[in-house]
Amino acid sequence: MDVQAILSAATGNHGAVNPYAAIAYLVSGILFILALRGLSSPATAQSGNRFGVIGMTIAVVTTMITHAPEAMVLDGDGSFVLDTVGLIEILVAIGIGAVIGIVMARKIAMTAMPQLVAAFHSLVGLAAVAVAAAAYLNPGAFGIADAAGQIFTVSRVEMGLGIAIGAITFSGSVIAFLKLNGNMSGAPIMLPLRHVINLGTLAAIIGLVAYFTVDQSPWVFWTVTGLSFVIGFLLIIPIGGADMPVVVSMLNSYSGWAAAAMGFTLHNTAMIITGALVGSSGAILSYIMCRAMNRSFISVIAGGFGADAAASGGGSKEQRPWKPGSADDAAFLMSQAENVIIVPGYGMAVAQAQHALREMADVLKKEGVNVKYAIHPVAGRMPGHMNVLLAEANVPYDEVFELEDINGEFAQADVAFVIGANDVTNPAAKTDKTSPIYGMPVLDVEKAKTVLFVKRSMGGVGYAGVDNDVFYMDQTMMLLGDAKKMADDIVKALNGGGH
Amino acid sequence: MDFIAIFSIFILACFVGYFVVWSVTPALHTPLMSVTNAISSVIIVGALIASAAAGSASSKWLGLAAVVMASINIFGGFAVTSRMLAMYKKKGR
Repeated sequence: MDVQAILSAATGNHGAVNPYAAIAYLVSGILFILALRGLSSPATAQSGNRFGVIGMTIAVVTTMITHAPEAMVLDGDGSFVLDTVGLIEILVAIGIGAVIGIVMARKIAMTAMPQLVAAFHSLVGLAAVAVAAAAYLNPGAFGIADAAGQIFTVSRVEMGLGIAIGAITFSGSVIAFLKLNGNMSGAPIMLPLRHVINLGTLAAIIGLVAYFTVDQSPWVFWTVTGLSFVIGFLLIIPIGGADMPVVVSMLNSYSGWAAAAMGFTLHNTAMIITGALVGSSGAILSYIMCRAMNRSFISVIAGGFGADAAASGGGSKEQRPWKPGSADDAAFLMSQAENVIIVPGYGMAVAQAQHALREMADVLKKEGVNVKYAIHPVAGRMPGHMNVLLAEANVPYDEVFELEDINGEFAQADVAFVIGANDVTNPAAKTDKTSPIYGMPVLDVEKAKTVLFVKRSMGGVGYAGVDNDVFYMDQTMMLLGDAKKMADDIVKALNGGGH
Repeated sequence: MDFIAIFSIFILACFVGYFVVWSVTPALHTPLMSVTNAISSVIIVGALIASAAAGSASSKWLGLAAVVMASINIFGGFAVTSRMLAMYKKKGR
């Protein structure tokens, strides 16, 4: 490649950009920022979502005007002829996507949100791959090639990165989906020499993207694509079910970087702004999830969490005395209480107990009890999942508090009602340096006057496979049984015994 | 636009993203993920360009496939976000 070509590539001489279109894309980028800004409070969130819809409409309409399908044959004076068939094809494609998307959005159960999000991530990834491939096959249409069909150097790097990140997002999300959906065991799959294989594959991808700048042969492009699909798969299979909230957030981040890389290729500000927003968003959520589990990002990526836990959980356990209780006992204790803090965990959602739980809270509130909910960041299967599950059960959001906001209140609480949660209440995380969950921030339920712990049986342990000292404390009463049935029975006891 | 101009936009947008996302209340982290999902499908722009361009049939069909995938995300992502947000209600009825 001669100096002239490198210079023109480096300065990005990609032909004229329609200034009106550029402004329109900028506007839609700003509307996307406002869409996220709206989420700072539930009160403004819906209007934020509408900004997002408007931003997307502007981006799509602008593109369809500036890049309307052009008929191959120009008429006599060389003016533009709209390709009606082409336009209809595009509209049909949008229509198909709209129907599938809306049906999925309406039908999905809130407990299955992590799977849906993983599925959506995989589509972003695959769409990025398809766009990058289309740009590679027809670079002239994207204004990224010179007259001889040579793709600009900068564009080759951007395109190579776009297809690599897109492919990793796709295959990684497919594995995450299968694990979350239960089609694949949540247990980590550990290949021998996996670190060597992974690092080797990553090095090969980077090397080939670099080589792509001097040789735009199809084999280079498609090998990068293939290897990236493989590495996405390899990266996620060793990660255990407990780390899935981090993985889903991480893939969210990747989908953003994929969009940004394509934005660089197309010189499109809407895509670049969005990619940067989504990329940072996913990265921050991954960080929040890691911090909530006291796991380093590297150790999550390295995988294997859950495998050792299963081993330690199977060890001999000393039998310690614990106090059983009934729904009637629980109803009595809570109706006499002034402050009750409910600590829901994913087990509550699995048992579909959220509506019964909210009913229980309603009856207590009617009797003058002050009821609050305490949410640990990893209470659900993805960031903020438990809040959605409670909102679905009509729990007002101003009764729901995050860990750092409510932890100081357990000391004043008469009852801490733990339902379907375990590890997130384990005081060993604060005291026992040998515990696998040591250092993880936990809810201080043991400071409450009474702890009511709803649990299926005394045998089962949480994800981390560790015993919880709270079970055996004097002020703890174990309510053994199905979470939903227990909540229902407490409601009955409250209503029956109230007068 | 030259590469440096685009790169500047990208870096500034990363900073905007950093501050905006930290201001999102943790209670809305799930809707945040579904809405970021929807907006990252702005890659539909690239898909539309590919499907409208003449000259390569395979490029066009890849573009149309990407339009379908991105549309699923856009419509599905915004719809499910809106469905979730409608559930968040304040106390007092």
